[in-house]
Amino acid sequence: MSDIVLELRDVSRRFEVSQGAFKGSATLTAVAQVSLQVKRGEVFALVGESGSGKSTLAKMLLGLLPPSSGEILIDGTPIAASDRIAVARRIQPIFQDPYSSLNPRKSIAQLVGLPLVVHNVGDAASRRAKVVEMLDLVGLPRRLLDAYPGQLSGGQRQRVAIARALVMRPEVVICDEPTSALDVSVQAQILNLLLELKRELGLTYFFISHNLAVVEHLADRVAVMYLGRIVEERTRAGLFAQPGHPYTRALLESVLTPDPDLGVPDTHIGSAMANPMAEHAGCPFQPRCPTALNICKTTPPPVSALPDGWATCHLLQQEAVA
Amino acid sequence: MALLDVQDLVIDIPTAGGVLHAVSEVSFTVERGETLAIVGESGSGKSLTSLAIMDLLPRVAQRRATRLNFDGADLLTIPARQMRKLRGSRMAMIFQEPMTSLNPAYTIGNQLTEALRCHDDVGAEAARARAIELLERVGIAGAERRLLQYPHQLSGGLRQRVMIAMALMCKPDLIIADEPTTALDVTIQAQILRLLAELKKELNMAMILITHDLGVVARVADKVAVMYAGAVVERGSARAVFKAPSHPYTRGLLNCIPVPGRTAPGAPLGAIRGQVPNLIGRLAGCAFRNRCDFAAPECAGEMHFETPTPGHDVRCVRLAAQKAVA
Repeated sequence: MSDIVLELRDVSRRFEVSQGAFKGSATLTAVAQVSLQVKRGEVFALVGESGSGKSTLAKMLLGLLPPSSGEILIDGTPIAASDRIAVARRIQPIFQDPYSSLNPRKSIAQLVGLPLVVHNVGDAASRRAKVVEMLDLVGLPRRLLDAYPGQLSGGQRQRVAIARALVMRPEVVICDEPTSALDVSVQAQILNLLLELKRELGLTYFFISHNLAVVEHLADRVAVMYLGRIVEERTRAGLFAQPGHPYTRALLESVLTPDPDLGVPDTHIGSAMANPMAEHAGCPFQPRCPTALNICKTTPPPVSALPDGWATCHLLQQEAVA
Repeated sequence: MALLDVQDLVIDIPTAGGVLHAVSEVSFTVERGETLAIVGESGSGKSLTSLAIMDLLPRVAQRRATRLNFDGADLLTIPARQMRKLRGSRMAMIFQEPMTSLNPAYTIGNQLTEALRCHDDVGAEAARARAIELLERVGIAGAERRLLQYPHQLSGGLRQRVMIAMALMCKPDLIIADEPTTALDVTIQAQILRLLAELKKELNMAMILITHDLGVVARVADKVAVMYAGAVVERGSARAVFKAPSHPYTRGLLNCIPVPGRTAPGAPLGAIRGQVPNLIGRLAGCAFRNRCDFAAPECAGEMHFETPTPGHDVRCVRLAAQKAVA
């Protein structure tokens, strides 16, 4: 088995968006030329704000949305070439909102056991045993087997979602903001559980989040996404110690640690949301960038290699020359 | 005299299974120019507390208090007509979801000027001028054009700025912001919080900030009230509460959040065991005692505030015992 469990090669996704009754449609590029490699057993975090294309990327990884161009490979096999059931066996999601991702009319045993039914594993008795084992694993009491999601707290529901994702022992788990709908004390429990399960089962996480503090806590490597493009990819330690891209810097400055001696930081970036429909001649972040140069308006930034990764910024290029 | 003085606020909600004690004996004061943050998890009663001040509780909820004064007016006995006059003009509210609290069928300009024209006798032109002035003040470029736009034409950050401008239209003395930045991106959150702090200072307003985000609280608040299961368990200056958190729940919450540079990556985060108690039926003693490491038989008895340092109150009868262990 190769070291790379999940690979994206130049993946793009475009949508045709209607502009109104009498206008033609325009193209929105949600994900643009993303190439990534996720190693087996690591936590790869994808960070970005709303509209940056994180969730579109997650949908493509799960095989729910085909890329417009490019290739996604699991263990070297393109997703496009294998059928959905086979993909679902290796890659499973945990979604943000456990209130809407669990069918309210199914019991916990049915919800967690459904993947076993879909994949035709065992008989009813062995499935039930497997479900019980999963509940134990995620720390849910067995008496909840025949309960319904409506009777559970948010934290318990997220545990059900985790049990359901893991019951087929996938290799990769896509965690799409798994704790952002939860209270802080519950968030801590779920993060602890995710880390524990990863160690126990040797899982690989593709962790999507906008919460930099959470990412710092559990990621091994981090990619930062802005307007559909990866603008920086680094190791956790490197990124948090010395961010390369000005957008990453602004994100890190925006993390509010509970320190009463500090005020709210000024991130020096404009609030003008960049228009995903517009074609960018230069750097997509340039309209908000406090350090933009003239060249940023006209030329797309090249990839600058950093000791532990890379970033796309003209400034880094110039520093390298100087 | 404090601008807002809340003493022993109680909110009971009758349900099929009995009375739900949503808020019990909550007391705090807010001065002009001061920011009080009410922090707590879902179900702690923080939003209901703010709705009770504005007299916007759902009809089934029963509100009681020994004192509920706003700038000398007794909000417990004030006639509904006068309360309507206060609400929106002298006390204003900013809600969490700008998409659901703005009317999608009216233009921004329409919604901005409505409150002012209801409360003050101003003409359409003057109201429009004030709307433009405030939109510019909250950092919206091209304000005149924006007045003609509808909410769906604005981004989340812009909508929240419109909500803030709307709350400021009548120059309120008190502004209640319920999770004003929770739905926003982190970089926008910082901008909105800075803006709120600036405007509060400039207009000498009092602000109540309701949030679950301890980072926001520490950076923005002058005073903090931590709520758990409908009661304030700790209150004091932001400095005192964050530097010397003294209620086991406050400490538990602070240990739950990962802090870059302080918590070791990958190490287990602190957790608060157990679950929030059911608030239906008779409650006695400390609601946190079944999750607390310091719980003792006396925690089931009468609760009162201890004052470890002046201006810092902790609703815990085991403060001495906590110190002995620590």
